[in-house]
Amino acid sequence: MLSIGLGHYLTLAAIIFTIGVVGIFLNRKNVIVILMSIELILLSVNINLVSFSIFINDLSGQVFTLFILTVAAAEAAIGLAIIVIYYRNSGTIRVEEIDSLKG
Amino acid sequence: MIAHAVVFYIFSLIAIVSAIMVTVSRNTVHSVFFLILDFISISCLFIMIGAEFLGMIMLIVYVGAVAVLFLFVVMMLNVAQQKNEWFVASDSSSHIPIGLLVSLVIFSELLIVIGGWKYKAELQDSININLNLNLTNTQSLGSVIYTDYVHLFQLSGMVLLVAMIGAIVLTFRKRSGVKTQSYLRQISRERNEGVELIDVETKKGVKIDA
Repeated sequence: MLSIGLGHYLTLAAIIFTIGVVGIFLNRKNVIVILMSIELILLSVNINLVSFSIFINDLSGQVFTLFILTVAAAEAAIGLAIIVIYYRNSGTIRVEEIDSLKG
Repeated sequence: MIAHAVVFYIFSLIAIVSAIMVTVSRNTVHSVFFLILDFISISCLFIMIGAEFLGMIMLIVYVGAVAVLFLFVVMMLNVAQQKNEWFVASDSSSHIPIGLLVSLVIFSELLIVIGGWKYKAELQDSININLNLNLTNTQSLGSVIYTDYVHLFQLSGMVLLVAMIGAIVLTFRKRSGVKTQSYLRQISRERNEGVELIDVETKKGVKIDA
């Protein structure tokens, strides 16, 4: 309990990953919160990679965390741009009202 | 060791609570604030575990750029006051129990994977990049990034460039009624379009609009 090992970090990453998934599934608000949940999921993946990299004594995990960070930043920029133009076109970003693809 | 454990539990508790608050808080601006708190506590964990370069980079990239971008968009779109209808029984909320069930299954699967995972001894032998303990984390990362991973590094730069161009192209719009300068029209203008020579007769003048 008092000696922090790899399992503690993996459990923390699992908890944050699940919270992100719950945020995507149960979102009733707007699309921005879904993007933030995606950021949470990527963060938990980063925790996994960094803790494995430290405990296995291999540097590749941290390098890949750096690349995931880059991709996450790009994804946030593109996603927010899409949200902005959707709001400009339709005036809402509520999840329930975005149903043009529902058929 | 005890101090390490205490600090780990404090930071992970803050991270988990703020991650929950990101998804359930009623105000979107509060969600962004809790996202910032989450990133800060996780980067403190990274610094504590020995990956100080990544912790600092996460502070700069996430707290300094991404979270502020979220905040800008939230304030620009005026959705901060939209109330969260969390677990409100409406006709379209029938997916909430199924969503909870699926998330519970995902979480238990992850826990089972972690619990049944063995620290394999041959995993340590299969490494190709060893950590040199005499170097700092930043030095060793830099010596790897610019040599072994240089192509991936430049590709990630290309990803950022494409994302920047994509964001600009997506949000760009031509407004009507705004006077702008058209370089092409200015350059391609010929002399006979703009200047007209007229022989003016004496004492008669010229009608320009003719």
